Parts: sequence; C-alpha cells; structure tokens
Amino acid sequence: MRTQRESSGEPMSGDASDDPLLSARGVGKRFGARFACRNVSFDLFPGEVLAVVGESGSGKTTLLRLLAARLPCDEGSVLYALRDERGAQRGLTDLTHLSEARRRWLARTDWGFVEQNARDGLRMNVSGGANVGERLMALGSRHYGRLRAEALHWMQRVELDTTRIDDLPATYSGGMQQRLQIARNLVTKPRLVFMDEPTSGLDVSVQARLLDLMRELTEELHLAAIIVTHDLAVARLLAHRMLVMKDGRVIEEGLTDRLLDDPQDPYTQLLVSSVLQP
Amino acid sequence: MSATAMNRARCDENYNFAYLDERTKKMIRRAILKAVAIPGYQVPFGSREMPFAFGWGTGGIQVTASIIGRNDVLKVIDQGADDTTNAVNIRSFFARTTGVATTERTVDATIVQTRHRIPETPLAEHQILVYQVPMPEPLYRLEPRRRETITLHALADYGLMNVKLYEDIAQLGAISRTYDYPVIVDERYLMSPSPIPKFDNPKMHMNAALQLFGAGREKRIYAVPPYTSVRSLDFEDHPFEVQRWLHACALCGARDSFLDEMIVDDAGRRLFVCSDSDYCGARRAAGHVGAGQAIDADAARVLR
Amino acid sequence: MYVAVKGGAAAIENSWRLLAAERRGDPRVPELSVAQVREQLRLAVDRVMTEGSLYDPELAALAVKQAQGDLIEAIFLLRAYRTTLPRFGYSAPIDTARMVLTRRISATFKDVPGGQLLGRTYDYTQRLLDFTLLEEGEETPLRTSIAQGDATPPDLINEAMPRVNTLLAREGLMESPAPAHAGEPGDLTREPLMFPAARALRLQGLARGDEGFLFALGYSTQRGYANTHPFTGEIRRGTVAVEFVADEVGFALDIGDIEITECQMVNQFAGSRDVAPQFTQGYGLAFGSAERKSIAMAMVDRALRAEELDEPQTAVAQDQEFVLMHADNVEASGFVQHLKLPHYVDFQAELELVRRLQAERAGNAEQEAA
Repeated sequence: MRTQRESSGEPMSGDASDDPLLSARGVGKRFGARFACRNVSFDLFPGEVLAVVGESGSGKTTLLRLLAARLPCDEGSVLYALRDERGAQRGLTDLTHLSEARRRWLARTDWGFVEQNARDGLRMNVSGGANVGERLMALGSRHYGRLRAEALHWMQRVELDTTRIDDLPATYSGGMQQRLQIARNLVTKPRLVFMDEPTSGLDVSVQARLLDLMRELTEELHLAAIIVTHDLAVARLLAHRMLVMKDGRVIEEGLTDRLLDDPQDPYTQLLVSSVLQP
Repeated sequence: MSATAMNRARCDENYNFAYLDERTKKMIRRAILKAVAIPGYQVPFGSREMPFAFGWGTGGIQVTASIIGRNDVLKVIDQGADDTTNAVNIRSFFARTTGVATTERTVDATIVQTRHRIPETPLAEHQILVYQVPMPEPLYRLEPRRRETITLHALADYGLMNVKLYEDIAQLGAISRTYDYPVIVDERYLMSPSPIPKFDNPKMHMNAALQLFGAGREKRIYAVPPYTSVRSLDFEDHPFEVQRWLHACALCGARDSFLDEMIVDDAGRRLFVCSDSDYCGARRAAGHVGAGQAIDADAARVLR
Repeated sequence: MYVAVKGGAAAIENSWRLLAAERRGDPRVPELSVAQVREQLRLAVDRVMTEGSLYDPELAALAVKQAQGDLIEAIFLLRAYRTTLPRFGYSAPIDTARMVLTRRISATFKDVPGGQLLGRTYDYTQRLLDFTLLEEGEETPLRTSIAQGDATPPDLINEAMPRVNTLLAREGLMESPAPAHAGEPGDLTREPLMFPAARALRLQGLARGDEGFLFALGYSTQRGYANTHPFTGEIRRGTVAVEFVADEVGFALDIGDIEITECQMVNQFAGSRDVAPQFTQGYGLAFGSAERKSIAMAMVDRALRAEELDEPQTAVAQDQEFVLMHADNVEASGFVQHLKLPHYVDFQAELELVRRLQAERAGNAEQEAA
C-alpha cells in the first residue's frame, strides 16, 4: 500500500524539480488517413499548469487522451516520472511499456482525470462519500469511519456542503458534481491532474468560483495539471503555460501572460481578440 | 432411507458410470484442476445438458459425476436437509447411475453435494464438499456483463464491490447481504460462496476438506483448496458478523446451528428447528433434547 | 409436537404417476400416436428439432408427446438425449444452393432466375377457424382435389437457381458471404461461450435460441431500436443431402436428406473510403419449415454484426452478450423455474436482517423521543 504524502505542498524526497514530470515527444494520433494531432512535444514540470487551447476539432481532446495513456500513440511517445508503491523514483518511463494493471494503478493514485461531463467521472449510483472514498478503498483502506472522515475533509476542501455526503451525485448541481469529481481525484494526492473542459456547461458565476478553487488547490497541493479548454479565460486564470492548437498541430506556445498579451501567430491573435472583454 | 445405514442401489447398466461419458469427465476434471490451482478463480467449462433443468443443480451434479468413484459414499443435501425433494432426486440419480453407497450422515460421507448450506459437522481432510452455484460471478448484481467482470478480476479491480459495501453502511447502517456474501480467497480473488447464509461463511476458511463449486448453466467451476484463507468482506469498524438466534432448536436444544423458522398455526406461533437434519438427528440420538414448544409471534424476533 | 416431514421420495414417485395419467387424458379418447404428432403437428416437431439441435423427426415427435405439447420441455428432452449420443465427426457443409425446393421467395426482385415458388405457406390463408377440422376425414373441396392427384405442388430442383445474395455478390453489390476467418468454427454445445464471440458461434447460439425471444428482438429492430434496413433477399425451403467423409472410405458418403429453411436478408449497405458501399447480409437457418425462426434469426444476426461493421450500438438487439446469454430457452426456463425450489434458508437470513434493522430503527426512535 502506497504511503500518502505527509502534508500538502511538500514534494517527496528525490522529486528534483529540474526533472520533468511528464514529457511528450513528437506525439501523434491517426484516425484512418487523417492525423487528429501530430508532432506535439513539451515537458511538464512538477507544480506546473499547462493549458491546451483550441477550438473544437483542433485535436486538443485527442492529445489529452494520448497524454493520459487512454489512447495509444501512432507516433512519438509520452514519458512519465513513475514512482513505485514505496514512493521511490523510477525515472522517466515510456507509458506504452506499462501493463494495463499498472496503468490503472497509476490512474488511481498518482494521476487524476476530471471529465468534462461529471457523469463520466463519477459513479452516479453511489453517494458522494462513496465516490470520494473509492480510491482509498482500492488501495486497501478498510476503516469505514476513517474513510468517511477523509471524504468529509475533501468535500470541505472543495467547498461542498458536507451534509450532502450520503446523497447521490444526480441530486447535486453541475458545479457541485465537478467539485465532487475533483475531490474524488485528489484524495490520493496525485502529482498530475488531467482536465477536459472542466468548467464548460456551467453558469458563468459557478465557473468563476470553481476556477478560483482550482487555482487555490493547484498552488496549495503543488499539483501539475494539463487542462484542455476552448476558453482563454480559463487558461489565463489557471495556467502558467499554454499550447495553442489548430488542425492537430501546435501553432504557438509559451507563457500564458505573454501569449495572451502579445500573441504572435495570426490564429492566436484571432483567438485572443475574439474573447469578450469583461 | 434409514438415517444410519449406508445404502447401495443397483447400478443401471444402460448408462456409463455416473452418466457422463469419459471424455466429458476428463474435460471437467481438467477444469477442476485448474480451479484448484487458482483458488477462487472461475474456470469456464463445456457444461453439458443433463437430465435436470439448468438452475436445479446441474453444475454440482457434473462436478460430483466427474470425481465420484465406486468406493465413495455420497450425501446430498438441500437447505441443509437430506429429505428435501431436490436432494432426494439428485441422490437417487447418483444411486442409479453409479451404484455408489449413499448416506445421510456427514461423518460417513466422502462427498457431500450441497445446495445453500454447509453442514454443521466439521469436515475432514478425506472429504469433498461440492456446492451447487446459480450465479458464480460475485459482481453480477453490480455489473452483469461477463466481458467486463473478467477484466476486473484479472486486474483485481474490485472498486465496484467496495463502494457498494460502503454505501450499504452509509444508507442502512449495515451491509445488506445476508447470503451469498462475497469473500476474498487466498487474498486474491473475489468469490461468490453460492447462496449459503453468511452464517456459514466462517466454515469455508481453512477448511480441512476440498471445496468445489459447480455452476452448470453459467458454465463455470471454481475451488477452494484445503486450508485456504477465505475472508468475508467487511470494514475494520464494521466487522463481519454471523446471525445468532435467541432460541435454541426445539428438537435437540442446539444453540450454535442455523435454525429454520416454521410457522405452525394461524396465530403465527413459530418453531425453530436445526436446518441441518443430520446434525439435529445425531444430537437427539446422543440424548440432547429441546424444549419442543412453539413460540409466540412476538417472542420470535431474533437478536444478534 | 412437530415432526419433520419425510417422504420426499414417495412424493416424487406419485408425481410421476399423476403426470402419466394426465398425459393420457380421458381414456375414452384414442391415444395420440407419435406418428400422428410427426405427421400432423409437423411445425411443432420442426421447432423442437431446431432448438433441440437434433434432426430426428421421430424423436422430436416423441418428445412433444411426452411433454404434452409443452415445446420448451420437449426441446429440453431432446437436448438431454443429444448429450448422450456418441459423435462420429462433422458433416461436410450442406450446400443450400443444391436444394430440392418446395418453396422459394424473394422480396427484393419481382422476378428471379428460376422463378418464385409459393409452396406451402400460411401466408395467404385467411385466419378463419376451419370447423371442418373438428371432424376427422370430412371431405372438403381441397382435400378431394388432392386425393384426385391435382393441385400437388411440384418439387423443383434446378441448379440454375442461384441465391439472390449470390447474384448480388457477383455484381459486387453484396459483401462476400465467405467467412472472415479461416479455421474450424467452435462448437457451442461443447465449449462455454466467451465474449466477444465469433460469428459462427453467434449463429449457432441463434439457431438454438428461442424463437419468441428472437422474433421479439427482430421486431424491435423494425421499430427503431437499431434499424438494419432489412429486405428479404431469399427464403428457400426444401431438402438437402447431408454428406459425411468417413476416414475408412476416403470420400463423401450421402447419409440422408434433411428438410431445412434458409433465409438470407439484404441489409443496410456499409462502406468506407477504401471500400465501396455494398449491401450486408443477415443469415438464418432452421430445421424443417421454421420460416418465422429463420427470418428472426437473420435479423438478429445482422444486428449483432454492428461491432464488426463499425456501427454505433444503441439497442439491446445489437448487444452480443445480452442476446446470446438469454436466447437459450432451456437455460432460461430452468433458471426461471428454479425459483420454485426451496429458498427458505436464504429467506431466513433476510428476515433476520430486516427484523434487526427495524428493531434498531425503533430503538433509535425511542431514544430520540426520550
């Protein structure tokens, strides 16, 4: 059973911050004759938030699935700084070399994945508490009282009403379901969280509060994240760096502030200029 | 049939010994060996159509038919009793197709085929317990698709079951399964013990006898070898518990066996009697006596 | 004083006697003969053979008589008998193109080479109870003319009568009917069905499957639960020769004829950038004159090919595991009826829990009130 991090925000020993956490190298995926995304390369460091921005059809969602090893790459590879059950570093490992069992274990422990549609990321037929406790139970936790306490703690952390712990997620609002997803993922203190359009479909004010929460959590917990979004405001608020994608390729990348204030590529300029000013 | 004498029937020469042809028996034995080698793992096998309906014990019958030999002594029970109609039917089938001795005494049997109970009398190393199993997949109520559950077992991904147990406690205050209570075998595979009451679960753990499970309609065989760990799922702070009765058996006075509840009159008065007919009979033969009285409906409430 | 009820064995034997008496019915009525069932209840016999997976009209008729007309019970009897039979091997695949036809129709073309042959069918009868059948041997115009030798439907054998689907395939309009994978098909009666299942095993499961279940599923696809756009390419019924290659002899021996019904559906065309669009096929086959069964089977066969043809799976009829696990009526009947077996031990366990939870709830309520 994997030991949990003592306190949030402190990197484990051996987690040297000049080594990337995840490295994409020439990553590409084909559907039939067409490449949904191609030639994507970047390094992601611990605690760094990267936004992948583009319109629908840009290939950003395909890229996310490749990075999270949910799809195999047709070109290139994705490497991750794997740690074993005892927390020791094993260096950058090519994800295609992982067995299915190992990949699932990784997805349940060191990674999180927040789905665009909460129904895809939650078990809708069990309570909020069961949803949050599931990963811990998978890792061998067998004390109901402590599981429930953890669930309450994380629900509080994501600003959910803890009296709703025994309610089914179907009775939660959209914003609450997203918060529950986040709690469900963070309970094993992952180092990397993937997010697929985490705020789309929510009211503007709900979005804003959720984004504030996500910013707090990523900073406090030193989370690395890769966030796919079509919304530049999300990128501006959360991300240190950005990739802009169009037709399956990265057409511009760099620090978020720089890109948004001074976009170079005509397409990026178009995107930036079309965002309504508040 | 007398409770103490062993009975030999005349074997029907029109059929192969134990009805199944030898190749089929070999196929089933190979499946059994695989099952014993991987405790709790469901081995698919080419289940045959038998002269009994699917759902009425064909899996247990095929397992017994594949392992029984001329010198075996067979006991068949259903709900713990030898004289329930289905047990009678199955026992006479084996008597007729093997000529093997049959008995109602657990201590005299070498093979015990059972539906829904484990005998109260502890088993010994030379004995085999064959369970009739309707639904071999412990996750089927949560995930009916076999294609999915095969993967879950392979990856030991039992999250579905874990959240269900948590949810029971959150909503009901207790785990809601009272029979066919899921277990982990040899700390690896999640297994369905067949619809035995959870009262019987502890008997599976480190049992001296070989335990074989046959599901004919679903076409799976699995096994728990002797002296194997069988752990009922629970939480540290909500530990697994067996049922207890306030009352003793009305016939033999036993306080430690599973009791059948029978309504004896229109006023709802009840009698509690050992489900295991052999256990009860042996106790009475040894001189134990119960109160012999029916109980009022109000007093019939059982408590842990 | 309570005494445990004994006598299970006696009860069983009495039940057999009662069954035999009921089967015979009123002794003043002549006993039904197996030959009468075989000759005059042919369609019942055909269904029992198809779902019993055994071609033997005499045994199937016996099973129907023994089961008092309960066809699922009769199918069970035949299957149980089949298990005991020794196997010599597999016949050569029957060649349905070389069939002595008694019926052949196509809905896709007005005229087909070899012509359409209406044959014996209920299709164009008017469903009016024929009270003349209450009496045996009563002369009717139709019976008279048959006795006089006319209106006898001709049996046709015409090797220039290729199947409609073959004609379409020759033009490249229909997918090739050859199997996708080489190698021996599995035997569903010998090995457990695992998923995803190859088409050969699926077809075996459907052939043995319950007619009612299958035509309900086929019906659902016509009503929008996954549409396969079916057209009946061809239904043909007749007799084919069964050939067996015995090792000792080295060539194929004709060991007899069987009557079968074959249905080939022409379904929704499929294509991709690399493959031009072609019609796809659904296939049904049954012993005897089981036409409804063969059509239903073809419809469900096509629906189950959704995964292989890259179609979205939206309906139950396309779900392999759901269809094949529940199509076998011997399995279904057994398990459904097993609920008649005693379950009182498990029920006792449930009783105990419910009583305990109620007691706890009552206890909590008292505490709160206090």
